[in-house]
Amino acid sequence: MALTREEVGRVAVLARLALTHDETDRLTHHLNDLLGQFAHLQELDTEDVPPTSHAVPVQATLREDVARPSLPREAVLANGPQVDPEAGGFIVPQVIGE
Amino acid sequence: MDLHTLTAHELAEKIKSRDVSARAVTDAFLARIEAVDGDVKAFVTVTADRARETADAVDRRLAAGEEVGPLAGVPVALKDNLCTEGVETTCGSKILRGFVPPYNATVVDKLLGAGAVSLGKANMDEFAMGSSTENSALFTTRNPWDLSRVPGGSSGGSAAAVAAGEAPLALGSDTGGSIRQPAAFCGLVGVKPTYGRVSRYGLVAFASSLDQIGPFARNTRDAALLLSVIAGHDPCDSTSVPRPVPDYRAGLNGDVRGLRLGVPSQYFAEGIAPNVQAAVLQAVELLESLGAKVETVSLPYTEYVLPAYYILAPAEASSNLARYDGVRYGHRTTGARDHIGLFEKTRDEGFGAEVKQRIMIGTYALSHGYYDAFYLKAQQARTLIQRDFAACWQSGIDALVTPTAPSVAFGVGEKADDPLAMKLSDICTLSANMAGIPALSQCCGFSEDGLPIGLQLMGPAFSEETLLRIAHAYELATDWHTRRAPL
Repeated sequence: MALTREEVGRVAVLARLALTHDETDRLTHHLNDLLGQFAHLQELDTEDVPPTSHAVPVQATLREDVARPSLPREAVLANGPQVDPEAGGFIVPQVIGE
Repeated sequence: MDLHTLTAHELAEKIKSRDVSARAVTDAFLARIEAVDGDVKAFVTVTADRARETADAVDRRLAAGEEVGPLAGVPVALKDNLCTEGVETTCGSKILRGFVPPYNATVVDKLLGAGAVSLGKANMDEFAMGSSTENSALFTTRNPWDLSRVPGGSSGGSAAAVAAGEAPLALGSDTGGSIRQPAAFCGLVGVKPTYGRVSRYGLVAFASSLDQIGPFARNTRDAALLLSVIAGHDPCDSTSVPRPVPDYRAGLNGDVRGLRLGVPSQYFAEGIAPNVQAAVLQAVELLESLGAKVETVSLPYTEYVLPAYYILAPAEASSNLARYDGVRYGHRTTGARDHIGLFEKTRDEGFGAEVKQRIMIGTYALSHGYYDAFYLKAQQARTLIQRDFAACWQSGIDALVTPTAPSVAFGVGEKADDPLAMKLSDICTLSANMAGIPALSQCCGFSEDGLPIGLQLMGPAFSEETLLRIAHAYELATDWHTRRAPL
C-alpha cells in the first residue's frame, strides 16, 4: 500500500509538523521506501500471538501517597523561551476566544 | 607518565593511594581533550571548571582521610541526552539548544556519589536516532582510529572520547545498538544492560520500552565497575527492577569451562562482511579452546527484527517527542499566530530530517486505520522474537555470540543519504532491545586497514555477570583491547 502525498500531509498534521513542500515530497518517498522494505512483516503469521509492549513484565508500581518537595517554580521557568516570572507562568499565544 | 593512557582501575588506584592527585588526573584528561578534540569532535560541552572543582573535592577528602567512592577522581564523559544540573543538555538537537536541566539524571548522581569527575557532554545523533553521529545538529564526531570515518552512533561522542584517550570511561544509551555499535567501531567494551537494570530517570526519552543506559570502557573490568555503580532500582523510574546489584567485577575469574555458547546462523549471513564473520568465528574458536561448549543455534524470526523495530521505536518516539512544543524549554519559533502554529513551526524548525522521518513513521503506524496492520503486528512480531531467545535459554544456552555490526566503521558521508543502508548497520544489535536482554560488545580483531571489529555477546535477562565473565576470559587470552588509536 503506497502512501500518497496527501496522506503524508494528513500524518504531518497529526504529528504537528509544518512540513515544507520539499519535505513532504522527500518524506513521501522515504516512507514508501521503508514501508516497501518492511512489507514482509505484513505476511508474518501472527494468528493467536499476543502482542508484547514491554520486554519484561512491568506492573504499575505504587508508592505511599506522601507529598515530596518538587522543583522550585523559578527553576522550571528558567528554561522557558517566553515566561512571565511575576505571574509565574509560560506565555503562549491566545488559545481561547477573541 | 601519560595519565590519559591508563585504565579507570589504574587511575582509581593511583588516586586512592595518593600516588597522583585527582586534580592532576583531571588536568591530564582536559589537556588531552585540548590536544585532540579539535580533530575528534567527541565533546559538545567540556565542563573544565566543574571537573577541576570535583577533583579538588576528592583530593581534600583523601587528604582528610575520609572514605571515597570506587570511582574517586576518575573522569567520565556523558552522552548529551543525560540530564546534568546546570549544564546544557542538547540531545544533539536544535530544539533543545540552550536547555539547562534543573536536576541530574539518576545515573549522573550515582557517578558523582561514587566520586567520578564529569568532563562534559558527548556528541550524539539527534535524539539518539542514527548510527554515525551524522544526524547530530551540531557536528559529526570522527573515529579516532581513522578520522575520515564515523565513530558509530548514536553514542558516537562517548565512544570516540574513550577511544581517543579523552576519558577513561563514558556513559551512553542504547535503544537499538547505540552503545554496542559505536563500541565495535571504536574498539571498546560497551554494555547494554538488561531492560530495568539501570534507571532512566533523567535520560531524555526516545523509545521507552527499549532505552537503556550503559557503560563504555577500554576493558571488561572497567566496564564492570562502571555498571556496578550505575545499576539498581530507582523509585523515580518504575521500570527499574528492585534486584540487588552485584559487584560485577567479582565474577571475572577467567573461567568459561562448561559454558554453552550458541552461534546463531542468521547472524552470519549475507550482508555481514567476510572479515567481520571471520574475526568473530575465530574468537568463538578461542573461547572453545578455553573450555566453552559451542553449538550452532537458530533464531528463525530474526528477519522480522528490523521491520518490527522500525515501527515500534518510531511509534514510541512520536509520542515521547510530542513534548517539544516551544512552550516550556528549548527552541521556539517567532511570529506564530496561534498555538497550533506555534507547535507546528517550532517543531519543523527544531527537528532534523531523520527525527522528522521517524516521528512521521511512528505517527502513521499509530494512526486510525493502520494501527492493527503496523503497530499491533510489530508487537506480535516482538513476542515471536522474544520466544526465539527464550527457546535458546531453555535449551541451556548461556550466551549467544554474534558480530556487533555488519562491517567496520564506514566513511563519513558514505551512508548519509541512504536511510535504509544506515539502518542495516544496527541489524545485529536491535534484537537485544526488542527482547530486553543484556548484550555486550568487545573488540575481537582489526581489519587490514587497522579498524576495530566488534563481537557481541547476548544472554538471558540479568546475565550481565556471565557476559562480562566471557568477555574478560577472552581479553585474558588476547591483546586487542590494549591497542590504542593512533592519535
